[in-house]
Amino acid sequence: MSGTRALLEVQDLQIDIVSAKHRHNVVENVSFTIDHGETFGLVGESGCGKSITALAMIGLLRSPLVISSGSIRFRDRELRGLPERELRKLRGNRIAMIFQEPMTALNPVSPVGRQIAEMFVLHQGATWHEAERKAVEALASVQVPAPEQRVKSYPHEMSGGMRQRIMIAIALACKPDLLIADEPTTALDVTVQAEILKLMKELCSARGTAVLMISHDLGVIAKMCRNVGIMYAGHLVEQRPVEAIFRSPSHPYTNGLLNSLPRLGSRGIHGRKRLQEITGVVPSISAFPAGCRFQPRCERASALCATTQPDQADLGDEGYVRCFHHG
Amino acid sequence: MLRFILRRLLQMVPTVIAVSLLIFIIFSVVPGSIASSMIADGRGANDPELIERLNREFGLDRPVHVRFGDYIWNLAQFDLGTSFRTRQPVTELIGERIWPTLKLAIAAMCVAIAIGLPLGFFAAMRPGSLLDSITMVGAVSGLSVPQFWLGLLAMYLFALTLGWLPSFGYGEGGLRNLVLPALTLGVGPMALLARTTRAAVLEVMSTDFIRTARSKGMSSFRLVKWHVTRNALVLIITTLGLQFGSMMGQAVVVEKLFSWPGLGSLLIDSVGLRDIPVVQGSILVLVLCFLVINTVVDVLYAVIDPRISHG
Repeated sequence: MSGTRALLEVQDLQIDIVSAKHRHNVVENVSFTIDHGETFGLVGESGCGKSITALAMIGLLRSPLVISSGSIRFRDRELRGLPERELRKLRGNRIAMIFQEPMTALNPVSPVGRQIAEMFVLHQGATWHEAERKAVEALASVQVPAPEQRVKSYPHEMSGGMRQRIMIAIALACKPDLLIADEPTTALDVTVQAEILKLMKELCSARGTAVLMISHDLGVIAKMCRNVGIMYAGHLVEQRPVEAIFRSPSHPYTNGLLNSLPRLGSRGIHGRKRLQEITGVVPSISAFPAGCRFQPRCERASALCATTQPDQADLGDEGYVRCFHHG
Repeated sequence: MLRFILRRLLQMVPTVIAVSLLIFIIFSVVPGSIASSMIADGRGANDPELIERLNREFGLDRPVHVRFGDYIWNLAQFDLGTSFRTRQPVTELIGERIWPTLKLAIAAMCVAIAIGLPLGFFAAMRPGSLLDSITMVGAVSGLSVPQFWLGLLAMYLFALTLGWLPSFGYGEGGLRNLVLPALTLGVGPMALLARTTRAAVLEVMSTDFIRTARSKGMSSFRLVKWHVTRNALVLIITTLGLQFGSMMGQAVVVEKLFSWPGLGSLLIDSVGLRDIPVVQGSILVLVLCFLVINTVVDVLYAVIDPRISHG
């Protein structure tokens, strides 16, 4: 471990969609750090650039998406411009990823045991025989019953929750430093969700694995994370410790997100009231507004917001917000 | 698995019966008969008595349902009747001709697989590259070129101009005579296979599990070996099976062109002569080949893809 330095430092990351004629910005000025063993949350609506940011962390952005500027430092090493060969050594081994759709994220014609075993063959130079044995252990560690039999099962013979456990087993097989979890529970039932989150939390804290948790579900974030970043239209608009976000949201968008959550017992206190929504829709990538990207939907917007992008404003609790009218 | 194969084989029986019925009906209603074709050949005058005598001799004067009953009864005993022309049993005639056709189809399929499959694969690995463009242009041309023309060109180049290979005939059944017909017959399936393989590999490459595999940190080579090939094969095998089946039929043109003594040329000759038992028998055997190949494809599916149940 590299002592006091953060595990992952993302500085001013900019990702664009580049075609022969156009260049559209997808992610801009995104900066955050994740410490060893920390769980950092990234929240935002669909299409706000969360998953793209995550894919950039492991060098899996595919054309037409390109990182245009900024830096991604992992364990004091710049990942941008790292040769593919070096990146491959990190992928799966030091930085692992879990995806949203457990139904399609596993190879349908390969037994799950083999899909876990691949990790040991790839990164630890194990023989297939050793790797298969380790796969049984890995399955047991994610609490899959009868792991000796289950290694031979195919994904279609398993439930969604079970498949996500397999994904976790694959991701944590090489005891990575960082786990990127891209909406790991979105496709699951609520009860299974809770089990999977608990399992992830336990396994990661036992192994000292840091987590970049991507979700649109604030409940999941509240349960799992220490720090959280709120993304809107490719901008990280607010980044705070999780209690601070829930206690006193500063950006109007964060505020809107929290207000749109249904609360147990709110009817008793405030009477029968319609759930609040954020008016308008997320702009499309080709039509991001100038200035603050949230400005067309913002009730606090002024003339300044339409022309100038707000800078980071420190909030004193190790967090910041990008808004002229925060509070 | 064995039960699955047996069941698929049993399912062929009703299909075979339906097809035999269809073939019989078609040849009962087509105009012309062996008698008139013999006479047209100049073997006799347009004599009603002669026609009647011939019809009686071949049993064509009996009502249709009686003939059909006979036909099915004989079929059940693997007897396809006797050729009107040569008086040889049809099974014997077909027996002589089936091996050259099978040999030709298998050789053509080997050409198609050996060239089409790797080309499709490489094209898909580098979509938009020069190799991809050349392959796809080649594939479209290969699919569009008529076989008889391609065969003539091949004959002209390799037999007449260069003198490397014999231009036609079966010879002693050796490889030299097989090359040109097999290439001619193989070009179409090769082109289609290259296209299908490219599409299948591209489809697999865009799936979520390939993204998972990439996130595991594997090289492109391992990605293809461990995850792409088997999934793409599921799609490719369909095309392979269908192509092999239809190739048995398409061989008619190529066999005729290269004077290849296969089932196709037997069929064409017999149609011209209205030698109905031989025509019926040949078609039935071709259909059987098609059915067997389809069954093999189904079994292969079940072997490759665990999601297909054997139950």
